Amino acid sequence: MTTERHRIHDLLAEYGALLDAARYDDWLVLFADACSYQVVPRENADAGLPAALIFCDTRAVLEDRIRALQEANKFNIHSDRHLIGLPRITGDGAGEIGVETPFAVFQTDQEGETRLFATGLYRDRLVTVGGTLKIRDKLVLLDTFAVPSLLATPL
Amino acid sequence: MVTAAIWPALDYSRVPYRLYHDTELYRREQESIFQGPVWNYLGLDTEIPNPGDFRATYVGDTPVVFNRDEAGAVRAFVNRCAHRGALVRRELCGNAREHTCLYHQWCYGLDGRLTAIPFRRGIRGKGGMGPSFDMGAHGLRRLKVERINGAIFGTLCDDAEPLETYLGPPILTQLRRLLDRPVTVLGYNRQRVKANWKLYAENTRDNYHASLLHEFLVTFGLDRSTQIGGVTMDARHRHNITWAEADSDDEEAAKAAYAGARIRSNFLTLKDPELVKFRRERADPLNLAVTSVFPSSVFVQISNSLAIRQIRPRGIDEVEIFQTMFGYADDAPDMVHHRLRQANLVGPAGLVSMEDGEALELAHKASKPDPDSATVIELGGAGEISDRDYRVTDVPLRGFWSYYAELLGIEPTGAVR
Repeated sequence: MTTERHRIHDLLAEYGALLDAARYDDWLVLFADACSYQVVPRENADAGLPAALIFCDTRAVLEDRIRALQEANKFNIHSDRHLIGLPRITGDGAGEIGVETPFAVFQTDQEGETRLFATGLYRDRLVTVGGTLKIRDKLVLLDTFAVPSLLATPL
Repeated sequence: MVTAAIWPALDYSRVPYRLYHDTELYRREQESIFQGPVWNYLGLDTEIPNPGDFRATYVGDTPVVFNRDEAGAVRAFVNRCAHRGALVRRELCGNAREHTCLYHQWCYGLDGRLTAIPFRRGIRGKGGMGPSFDMGAHGLRRLKVERINGAIFGTLCDDAEPLETYLGPPILTQLRRLLDRPVTVLGYNRQRVKANWKLYAENTRDNYHASLLHEFLVTFGLDRSTQIGGVTMDARHRHNITWAEADSDDEEAAKAAYAGARIRSNFLTLKDPELVKFRRERADPLNLAVTSVFPSSVFVQISNSLAIRQIRPRGIDEVEIFQTMFGYADDAPDMVHHRLRQANLVGPAGLVSMEDGEALELAHKASKPDPDSATVIELGGAGEISDRDYRVTDVPLRGFWSYYAELLGIEPTGAVR
């Protein structure tokens, strides 16, 4: 069990580090081939409403989202800093692990001003592919659903 | 004090930056516009299906609650206790038999009437309200309510013209088109932009920026200014429909047109083209219809993503954009999924909308220190304000300012309308 917990810690640490370094193509490698990534406002989740801010139900849509970010979208010039809390293992079986992890993301602009951009909870389903732990489904439950300015770089 | 003398041009082709930054003007806007003779979108019938269902919202920065009463009628009130001015209904939505203020438990019925005051007669004959206190004169302040196909509008002005007259024929037709069958709410999203609310109201009327700022539209071939499209306003030019028709332009001509704009037309293809695929839902070919209703409501169809936006001013320097995403009650599961997928296009993280947040903040930030300089609004020509059957235009912004000036009492003599 200790080994599994270490692998989960490593995956979460890598996840935050790659996003903060804006290495989005490397970040995509952390996901399994069949995967999903969603950012859902907490107000919708609480009301049982399905609409998301970012809805990538397949790897293709997730890759399109990243390609758009790199090639077409324009957004506030900033750097991100993920502070990822302690993972809570919520389920382990049938070849997958359920993990819930609180997070905060701070944004810093070009003039060095930092603001709290988002807090929330990751709900992950993790699978082992070729000996490596990968993200199969990631739900980013967004507490800060009054999004400051705009949401471009992944949470 | 901002007066009619502020306008450098009678056709509103120049708008001094002061109009986005003057704090005294902000108060006047709340009184003369939001509490004035305008209609504001409040919510949807389907959000409050049962007696007692309520939702909280805003008209300008005034907190408002609307509910369905015991008889099934929709009522709306200012969400403020007649006693101490406290917010009566704290929750954003729910079901209740009455609205009771937290502070001293003054109690209001679903029709907004004051029904009970604790210790009204005092205790053991001492204290309480005097005998002359009139319960009937201390209800929640009511809004007049009217509906268009299940969309609930409210006004704080008893003298406002009827909603259908206020909207005018083209806008009314467009709203009835978008709401031509029962709707289902898919969810909400919210965005806080550090910019004056009018910059966003203008943005929704600005056809010119769309394919330039939102490069995704052109890069992935979703929407281009070379398509058949234009702007259609009401007779007073206060509202606007920005529209375009699907598959109505020529690939090569589009590439040539955008070469000069340094934008790569159809440069990329999506791994999942369904993201931008338009499924025609009715006889007309419109795949873009953004209907702005003065001052702060926007009804949006972008491909198959459908939404209603409220522009909520939060002081002179900030605006909340509150967006209700919806589909139709008879959507097949696959269509619901398609709408959820195309919701990627809009909202604070929208592939064709996120840039608005950045552009508006840039405009607000840089214009603030120089209130006497002015913005230029001349795409599609200056002078007369009228509809256009082409897309490279921002004429409806001048219509917005014309009605704005009228309501604020700063319309200059000889101004165009």
